[in-house]
Amino acid sequence: MSFVKLTTSALALAALSATTAVARDQVQVAGSSTVLPYASIVAEAFGENFDFPTPVVESGGSSAGLKRFCQGVGTEHTDIANASRAIREKEIKACAENGVTDIIEVRIGYDGIVFASQFDGPAFTAFTQSDIFNALAPKVMVDGALVDNPYTRWSDFNADLPDAEILAFIPGTKHGTREVFEEKVIAAGCEATGAMEAMIAGGMSEDDAEDACLEVRTDGRSVDIDGDYTETLASIDANANAIGVFGLAFYENNTDKLKVATMAGVEPTTESIAAGEYPVSRPLYFYIKKAHIGVIPGLKEFAEFFVADEIAGPDGPLAEYGLVSDPELLATQEAVFDEKVMGGGS
Amino acid sequence: MTDATTPVTPRSKKSVSLTSPDARTQKRKAAEARFRMYGIAGIATGIFCLIVLLTSILASGTGAFQQTFISVQVYLDPAKLDKKGNRDPADIAKVSTFGYTPLIQQAVFDAVQQAGIETPLTRSKDMKALISASAAAQVRDVVIADPTLIGETIGFRILASSRVDGYLKDRVMREDVARDKNIDAEHLDLVDALVPLGIVEKTFNMDFITGADASESRAEAAGIGVAMMGSFFMMLVVLVLSLPIGVAASIYLEEFAPKNRWTDLIEVNIANLAAVPSIVFGILGLAVFIQFMHLPQSAPLVGGLVLTLMTLPTIIISTRASLKAVPPSIRDAALGVGASKMQAVFHHVLPLAAPGILTGTIIGLAQALGETAPLLLIGMVGFIASNAPDGIASGLLDPNSAMPAQIYEWAKRADPAFYERAWGGIIILLVFLISMNTLAVILRRRFERRW
Repeated sequence: MSFVKLTTSALALAALSATTAVARDQVQVAGSSTVLPYASIVAEAFGENFDFPTPVVESGGSSAGLKRFCQGVGTEHTDIANASRAIREKEIKACAENGVTDIIEVRIGYDGIVFASQFDGPAFTAFTQSDIFNALAPKVMVDGALVDNPYTRWSDFNADLPDAEILAFIPGTKHGTREVFEEKVIAAGCEATGAMEAMIAGGMSEDDAEDACLEVRTDGRSVDIDGDYTETLASIDANANAIGVFGLAFYENNTDKLKVATMAGVEPTTESIAAGEYPVSRPLYFYIKKAHIGVIPGLKEFAEFFVADEIAGPDGPLAEYGLVSDPELLATQEAVFDEKVMGGGS
Repeated sequence: MTDATTPVTPRSKKSVSLTSPDARTQKRKAAEARFRMYGIAGIATGIFCLIVLLTSILASGTGAFQQTFISVQVYLDPAKLDKKGNRDPADIAKVSTFGYTPLIQQAVFDAVQQAGIETPLTRSKDMKALISASAAAQVRDVVIADPTLIGETIGFRILASSRVDGYLKDRVMREDVARDKNIDAEHLDLVDALVPLGIVEKTFNMDFITGADASESRAEAAGIGVAMMGSFFMMLVVLVLSLPIGVAASIYLEEFAPKNRWTDLIEVNIANLAAVPSIVFGILGLAVFIQFMHLPQSAPLVGGLVLTLMTLPTIIISTRASLKAVPPSIRDAALGVGASKMQAVFHHVLPLAAPGILTGTIIGLAQALGETAPLLLIGMVGFIASNAPDGIASGLLDPNSAMPAQIYEWAKRADPAFYERAWGGIIILLVFLISMNTLAVILRRRFERRW
């Protein structure tokens, strides 16, 4: 019976593949969708210039990537996790529980987070952290008292801003970008407007007040985007009054559709971020599983190539795409070369 | 018997005419006419939506099949490519693509100078905005394949950058360029001058159909070919596994199995499985095939196995339906002349049911071809489809993407040039789906027998 033959051969095929599965010859990367473009540029150049196969780069968000990274040691787990934030203590612990103890942290450079609106929309050209906080926090300071956010239009709290409905598309909580947005914009605005002081004066402990500061209003004026920047762009396209949060590189590729706003008077450019003037920037990282070096061919070479001057340096393709190169790149290169793991050891 | 003599009352006081319909008939006819109108309106809405969809797909996607190329003569400078001068392939391979970029920029700059075009761009480095980053790899591959070419001047047809390509496709507008740091108006002037000379030209782009994915910085080089191979190998696995398993299962259930609670339970479960969201199969695939069986991540083999699970219920249901459609008299006749039950099934019932089975299989495959969600979990969505497979084993086991996953990936990327390619990918995927469904219809029309 030909069916029987077919089935047997299929089973044999599956068995064959199960035995060959042990050897994986390409580097497997997963994580932040902000780092994905950079990682894919490096992966492509790596495939062109080395005899190793082009590494596989998946996205899905920093947290998801680190979670997969921490699932264990072995070829069925990823070798590198990309993250647009530093790894958390909690994640290091989860890693250690699964036997992933030696992790090499590599900072590849900095990335700016920009606020942009529809190009033909209202003139959102200048924000401060306080403006964003006033627009998006659930509780704000009005006449010296902490009240439920009464604002519906930007001009309600800052006459310099356009008279337009408040609507913001911000990254969802699974994105590393969200954390930077909370820390550098919302928390800064919370302090600057005095809302945090009022919370502490109202009987909250400092930690609770810090947490409460990071909350955003839930009445639909602040919308979490769990997808990628293209989703934010589509939402901005559909709402003339909306502002959205983007990565600098994404904005630079879509300058025909988006209008960028300054933050605290500084325009976001690679230069202003490198100089430390633009306040909303964050370092980008990737994490290497040391146990996989020597097991997965090309893993160390890929990591070294990633931070090499010709790639991650100020004139390299990553800087061209929008990465702000790290002034301490040399130290990073040495750390990768020495396979220096986190938490001291070697 | 008084009631017998009661005069028969006329049905209606008005006289009934056969030529003029009465009110109730008119009402019924009007209802029927209205119903027809609803039906026509429904179909018209459907057709309208289809036309809008197809035109928008075609309008956005046809651009992907054309690409801008620059024809230049590149001088392969020995001082840069072979510093030791010994033409040793190992030494030449050490020169990375970054070493080739200046040569290409110089070549384009020379072409501009020779053509006598006046431009404020006076350095060869200024040509960078015109040239795709993939050009360096293209030239390097040629040199590595034949190191004797070093020192000669070779003609290359390299890709123009996605901004230049977008300008010739009216995607990049002059008024927007001022805010774009990747290209300036001077570059566009230069392109305008180079196009009539034939140095820059927009032609049909075979690489889009056959090529591999490219990274975010070079949208112009991306192709769907390798992802297509990924889809092909997945469909191969699905066909090889789900057809025999599905047909064997349905023959047993339909012809041999006793009708009891167990078979009822199985039947209910198959119907349920057919309705399970596909992402659930992805989670199952991740847990069973990758984490338990240690099959490689991102491999079309695993994708195929997951899609097999998804397709099986569809195939079993359609196979059982077509087996049921074969009249029992055929089985009875075969058994009557002394055939065994198995002979009756394989010699008579199965051939008669084959067209229906094939139709079901093709439709199941078409469904699996367009599936993205389960692939997300087994690592087939991302920057993956970059190495073309070089055999069946590598096709099944090497990391690859699939057509719908590639389209999804492109739609997410920042450069608008990828958006155009996503639509182009949709056109190709649709061509596959339409031809598969047409094949299914043809098979059914030509071979299906009715009793």
